[in-house]
Amino acid sequence: MIKAIAKTRASTDVYAIALTAMIGLGLIFAAGFSHAAGAHDVAHDTRHAIAFPCH
Amino acid sequence: MLRHLLTSALLAGLASGLLATVLQLAFVVPLIFEGELYETGARLHFSATGSPQSRVGHPSIWVEPARQIGTFAMNLVTWSGFAFILIAGFAMAERAGRRIDTKSGAIWGLCGFIAIQLAPAAGLPPELPGSVGADLATRQLWWMGTVAATMGGLGLFAFGRGAIAYGIAALLMILPHAIGAPELDTYYGVAPAELSAHYAARALAVAAASWAILGAVAGAVWSRPA
Repeated sequence: MIKAIAKTRASTDVYAIALTAMIGLGLIFAAGFSHAAGAHDVAHDTRHAIAFPCH
Repeated sequence: MLRHLLTSALLAGLASGLLATVLQLAFVVPLIFEGELYETGARLHFSATGSPQSRVGHPSIWVEPARQIGTFAMNLVTWSGFAFILIAGFAMAERAGRRIDTKSGAIWGLCGFIAIQLAPAAGLPPELPGSVGADLATRQLWWMGTVAATMGGLGLFAFGRGAIAYGIAALLMILPHAIGAPELDTYYGVAPAELSAHYAARALAVAAASWAILGAVAGAVWSRPA
């Protein structure tokens, strides 16, 4: 029983970690890689400053 | 678990985004503004007169405050993104029995700098505005491949054991550079070489400092008692 709970908890943790990493990737792609003109203009100096390929 | 992951990532992301903005506005953005003088043709280097001499100096970066607010906002988003990935890495490492604290967090942060800025910069150096590069989508693809391979290599060096693991790690980190970044067969630069070089070095130095701050803050908030 305890083992089963521990196992469930461990896999929930893996989902939580995966979700955290996915949020991170989403934020980086939105700020750094979106080709939308509005995103590009606001993010222009940031992209240059952190050396993302910009234009 | 999820709550601890998300709050740690947000705290570290916002703190490092704020500090990265301060460093960028002080050291990097003025050089971007100076580069734009050459990008727009407001200043010419090796112009029709053939003079190789250009005055040093940048315009005020506060003529358009909205632009700096945009940079601040985008830094918060970008550094939060880095923080979420870093914290996810911490959680995975702790599952593998590694301890994370402020100091080891800073080392993780510097590894993030190596994977996300330094290794890609070896093929695609930080670009002063006005630089002309190869096709954007191709460069973005090479950039992502290089980041992934470098992260994989660093991960193997940190968590792998034995000569084979370290050998694969080294190969992974060299591979993108052996393939080579997409590049043009012509130089198009309009800005003075000194300005471009200074800009590239500044951008990398500021990124390194920002990553060290991110790693240390992330390590501190992640390891704090619940």
